[in-house]
Amino acid sequence: MSLLEIKNVSKIYGPLKALDNVNLTVENGEWLAIMGPSGSGKSTMMNIIGCMDKPSLGEVILDGVDIAKQSSKKLTEIRRDKIGLIFQQFHLVNYLTAVENVMVSQYYHSMPDEKEALEALERVGLADRAKHLPSQLSGGEQQRVCIARALINHPEIILADEPTGNLDEANENIVIDIFKQLHRQGTTLIVVTHDPEVAEVAQRTVALEHGRLVKEIINNNFEE
Amino acid sequence: MKKQTMFLRMITASLLRRRSRMLVALLAIAVGATILSGLVTIYYDVPRQMGEQFRSYGANMIFTSSDSGKLTKSAIDKAVGSIKSSRVVGVAPYRYESVTVFERPVMAAGTDFEGVQKTSPYWRISGEWPSANGQALVGKETAETLALKAGDTVTLVYDLEGLPATADEASGGERKQNTRDFTVAGVLDTGGNEEKYIFISIGDMDALTGKSDVYDMAELSVSAAQDQLKSYVSTISAKVDGLSARMVKRVTQSENTVLSKLQALVLLVTVVVLLLTMICVATTMMAVVTERRREVGLRKALGASNRSIIYEFMGEGLLLGGIGGLIGSVCGFIFAQAVSMNVFNSSIQFHWLLIPVTILVSVLVTGLSCLLPVRSATEVDPALVLKGE
Repeated sequence: MSLLEIKNVSKIYGPLKALDNVNLTVENGEWLAIMGPSGSGKSTMMNIIGCMDKPSLGEVILDGVDIAKQSSKKLTEIRRDKIGLIFQQFHLVNYLTAVENVMVSQYYHSMPDEKEALEALERVGLADRAKHLPSQLSGGEQQRVCIARALINHPEIILADEPTGNLDEANENIVIDIFKQLHRQGTTLIVVTHDPEVAEVAQRTVALEHGRLVKEIINNNFEE
Repeated sequence: MKKQTMFLRMITASLLRRRSRMLVALLAIAVGATILSGLVTIYYDVPRQMGEQFRSYGANMIFTSSDSGKLTKSAIDKAVGSIKSSRVVGVAPYRYESVTVFERPVMAAGTDFEGVQKTSPYWRISGEWPSANGQALVGKETAETLALKAGDTVTLVYDLEGLPATADEASGGERKQNTRDFTVAGVLDTGGNEEKYIFISIGDMDALTGKSDVYDMAELSVSAAQDQLKSYVSTISAKVDGLSARMVKRVTQSENTVLSKLQALVLLVTVVVLLLTMICVATTMMAVVTERRREVGLRKALGASNRSIIYEFMGEGLLLGGIGGLIGSVCGFIFAQAVSMNVFNSSIQFHWLLIPVTILVSVLVTGLSCLLPVRSATEVDPALVLKGE
């Protein structure tokens, strides 16, 4: 059984179809990139996969559960237990240190464990910046804290929305390297991006246009 | 790490690392708590402070005989002993006897002039207060009738017919009269019945009448609120045989009216201040929530339930309320002390209980003020906020 199955999903806002009869399957451990220009429905897709929104039509089966039929309370639980989110604008709590930001995710999931949070920061190369506030970190470092926070609860899927959108090339490479490392460890990655360079390192890329899936590219040069 | 520890770590970090915003809320709570604590201190201290001022109204308690007989000094002393000595401002026993002056009947009253000066400080004297035996204080009306003034001599004649008949009287002899001369020390002006009397000392009255340790009544000036006076009255009436205590309603009611109005005013101001504090805290917290919509959205995206969001914002609000209450209870005492020194010219008593009460009220007020802002926080949609909409 696939980890994620999107079947005939549409999202309709009045006269606008943000998603139009989308079908997509993501296997366990796969690295998928979703590409598309602005207004193509990427964010809507991300919100639906991330259990922050529900489709108007169709089914979204995540780990055997149709999230389209769940209450918002249940969606919060699914998001907490199965999904790790990475955002373009990092979204760290500005008055908490790097390690505390990672622990916030643990706090809502199960039990905060500072040692484990420090290990997660170590994985993204930020062990020495653990006690720094976001304002004392560079953009790349903030994004790595965000990745550590997304990883800490061992989610089924890491869902990244334009993860390198606000980063310079050096930091973009660091983040991509971390993704590669995560993929090697068996983590399922869905990366929403408009950057072809980020998309081409993924195993598979799907392209959205006007809410429809218009293209699927398998990366034959994918490095395991 | 326990969840509670992380919870505390988050809310203290929010307060300590976002000082500028939180200081505004804290200031609002601390000012509210200061005025609350100060006014409540004044509210409870006003009766004590005003009590002494009110004593210029005159006696507020009276002892009489409960069985139409006379009072004795020991009964009066026992009754006075039932009242906390620090509250007794003065005691003036009275004994009334009918005498004649220049063949005219006049009421003479024997009393303790030192006590009278404390129980009736409003008496106006032309001349001097009697300071020794053989001196009298003549009421203005009687002085005018008898054409007496300070420095004159007046002769009081007491008819002893009320006493057991002597052998001479029994055999048809002339009835005996006691006569004593007094120097008029002063003329009394009160605007009341006292102006009809001639006041002499208890010792002189005993000598004139040949009877001692006999009193008709005693007036007391007690520094206490009406409820406390009621309690003393019932205690004394039950405890002292043959003596009945009662309050002078005219005086105690006046005191009570003034105190009630003053306390109502203080209470009203307190309620208004609490409401203003609530509005100020609610506005600040609303601004805090609006400012942190993105953070709320993030927390929800990370899996925070509405309950968690409520706990976190309420936790911050209540912690602020507690700290503001603590600051307010200390500043409130300083405020009350300043008011007391300026208005009553005396220091105020510190009530330790006011610290937990102020903190509790501040926490409650802050909690109530946070309800609306916190509710709006739970309505934040993580998807919209994270997209920056």
